[in-house]
Amino acid sequence: MNAPRIVVTGTGWITPLGHDIEGVWKRLLNAESGMAPITRFDARTFPTTFAAEVRDYDVARFVKDAKVHATAGLNSQFALGAASQAWRQAGLDRTPPRDPRRVGLYLGAGEGVLDTANYVGSNLAAWDAAAGTVDGRRWAEAALACMTPAREIEQEPNMPLAHLAREFNARGPAYNCLTACAASTQAIGEAFSILRRGDADVMVAGGTHTMIHLLGVTGFNRLTALSEFKGDPTEASRPFSLDRGGFVMGEGSGMIVLETLEHAQARGATPLCEVVGYGSSCDAYRITDIQPEGRGAAVAMEAALRQAGIDPHARDAQGRPPIQYISAHGTGTKENDSIETRAVKRVFGELAREIPMSSIKSMMGHLIAAAGSVEFITCVLAIRDGMVPPTRNLRVPDPELDLDYVPNAARKVAVDVCVSNNFGFGGQNDSLVVRRFIA
Amino acid sequence: MPRQPRRVVITGTGTVTPFGQGIGATWAALCEGRSAVAPCRTFDFGGFPTPFVAQVPDELFDAKAVVPKSYRKATKVMSRDIELAVGAAFEAVREAGLVTKAHEQGSVTIPPARFGCHIGAGLIAAEENELTSALATARSADGSFDFGAWGTEGMKNLTPLWMLKYLPNMLACHVTIVHDCQGPSNTITCGEASSLLSLGESMRVIGRGDADACISGGAESKTNLMGMMRQHYARRLAATAPGEDPATVVRPFAADAKGCVPGEGGGLLVLEAMETAAARGATALAELAGFGASQSFCADTLGVEPEADGQGIVDAIEAALADAGMDAGGIDAIIPFGTGVAMLDAAERAAITKVFGARAAAVPVITLCPGIGNCGAGAGAIAASVAVRALREQRLPARINCADAGGLDAASAPARDATLRAVLVFTPSLGGQNAAAVIRSIA
Repeated sequence: MNAPRIVVTGTGWITPLGHDIEGVWKRLLNAESGMAPITRFDARTFPTTFAAEVRDYDVARFVKDAKVHATAGLNSQFALGAASQAWRQAGLDRTPPRDPRRVGLYLGAGEGVLDTANYVGSNLAAWDAAAGTVDGRRWAEAALACMTPAREIEQEPNMPLAHLAREFNARGPAYNCLTACAASTQAIGEAFSILRRGDADVMVAGGTHTMIHLLGVTGFNRLTALSEFKGDPTEASRPFSLDRGGFVMGEGSGMIVLETLEHAQARGATPLCEVVGYGSSCDAYRITDIQPEGRGAAVAMEAALRQAGIDPHARDAQGRPPIQYISAHGTGTKENDSIETRAVKRVFGELAREIPMSSIKSMMGHLIAAAGSVEFITCVLAIRDGMVPPTRNLRVPDPELDLDYVPNAARKVAVDVCVSNNFGFGGQNDSLVVRRFIA
Repeated sequence: MPRQPRRVVITGTGTVTPFGQGIGATWAALCEGRSAVAPCRTFDFGGFPTPFVAQVPDELFDAKAVVPKSYRKATKVMSRDIELAVGAAFEAVREAGLVTKAHEQGSVTIPPARFGCHIGAGLIAAEENELTSALATARSADGSFDFGAWGTEGMKNLTPLWMLKYLPNMLACHVTIVHDCQGPSNTITCGEASSLLSLGESMRVIGRGDADACISGGAESKTNLMGMMRQHYARRLAATAPGEDPATVVRPFAADAKGCVPGEGGGLLVLEAMETAAARGATALAELAGFGASQSFCADTLGVEPEADGQGIVDAIEAALADAGMDAGGIDAIIPFGTGVAMLDAAERAAITKVFGARAAAVPVITLCPGIGNCGAGAGAIAASVAVRALREQRLPARINCADAGGLDAASAPARDATLRAVLVFTPSLGGQNAAAVIRSIA
């Protein structure tokens, strides 16, 4: 009857605010911003000209042999750096698992970056304006002369899996899911479920993604989902503020090592915290809009809390709300922040206002498929240090949004249980409950 | 130990393949030994090693006809991959006899909160004509792309919802809206292993009680320029000579195997808890009895070259057999990926030989790629649907294009009756993920 307990033993991230756990955490608690003008392509005339980019990153500093990963695209590079940190923190470099078939991977990795110049160039070279079509023969001639196999194959979303499997000799169940902004939360949840079922002893889980490229920014600009703020980019992402105007793109990766408590203890690893609940749902509402009452988001949170055995309406033994921190999806779009607030109130009722809930997207931007993974790690750190990160740029209260969004400054809060939420464009909602590990 | 998971049955098999819409069309064509491989209808592929692909013919499939009237407008923002998924879901729900929101009348027979959806998707290619007609508005004097002009004006030539055609989770997004699936939903993107991995995840979700039914499988179209090019770069294509008969190009397990062709197709199944399917009086077509997944060691990191000994495939198969509580002796037929790409065939052959030992030559292999090409993220669920049909008919479809399978029961043969209790389906992916499923007759 009793499923095994699942603990986190390693964490790592590559983010716009840095490439190490402690440095980035310090910057988050200082409310620093990673936003700046886009450097990856010439976006000066785009509706949105800024993003939170990963800077000065060198994957060779993290992997055993950089030559093995010479073809890695950005997503794979970010994933390798983040997962290598997690693997080392878990001590798995010193005590590698005995049976590689018991080591699995579950990632929420995005699609890779298009070979923009060559792709666009080939399309234009083959464009038959009179017919209004791309000439296939001319396209093949142009594309095959300039594109390369590694660059093209690396765009498949399952390639970060292949790199991590190679780096850690993982031969167990291997999945990549891509449920937009919910992907890496879902990946952690499903990895947790695979461990609970006994199908692996160790899972590396998380996400990796960049959409800071021509068609990524174009696509979100056309959807009018991005902030088009004209002032200082560090003030552009304003979750829960009345003057919020869309999200700001980030990029990077968060990775964790999850394992059964039994496996962790047998090799003398230190559990950082315990995953106790996972809930998943689908809006099934509209392709562009979130269900206005936050039905799907509430269902996901409720399912995760139920699995954790937590009554959202009951105070804990110390008289606190049952959850002491919520890592919000908090994108900074009008719609998300309103509906997420509604959903949290629907789940926690009267207690909702007492639970600090912040969005680190205000500082490191929206890592899309990887967003959930870095936000999950923030929860682990909040429990460890009794500090919750702020929501930066929350200057103008929205009268409809009346929860405690931890505006502008980090706060000391004794945190034992957190909820991490992510909701995907397209309707997928995922929630995780993470708790301080108590033997 | 966790409590015993619930048993999972298949009540609907929906496919849209190059043979048409509905598993009946695919099954009939397979039994007749037909191939849908032909020159590409939409692009001149003459610049590639082969001009051949396997496409779903327009006269056999119309996305507008498989969505409710109130949802017809949404077909404008459906890429080909999404259309295939919506069509496959329509067929699956129909065969399962479920009443969903799509029926627009009558009361639904599955509570939305208990209805999940797991769909495998590929890397969806942008429609080249649509995108390039917009890109062409932002060119500088020398004809090169002008980022500045694109940012100010050019991008406005793309419809605001343009990107929503290409996010992989939009397959599930549309299917869940049409059928009102509010339960757990996921999109698996592991190349050709995607749809079997999705079936596995649905099986676990239903098994642990998080849903009672799921629409599950995958869909993908590779019959476009980017799909063709990536297949070429992954060394998956069969080079063909002018005048060559397209029906004979893909030759799984044959000594003269020379590659595959891009295909397109969707396979979505309705999976249900055995107990809830029985409670609503549904016909269980077969049981999804076991599932296993693994990762291969990729010498080239990308997985273009498979593990020669097929060990990752073996691991997935053995996990699926153990999950089904069976050994290989209980398997009466095998549907491998069977691409006709020699190095992939060799890995699959090695895996079959290792798992089945002395019996390897005696277990009939069903091959699909000669008829429908590489349907990518749709492949595994199409194979699973064929497996269900074979179990129901107690019949093996025909095989073509293989004079001598060198020790496997995979050579050309007409369709024939056979005693089938359980069928093993497996797909390895470019990238090294492997998934295997055991599909068993309802005892």
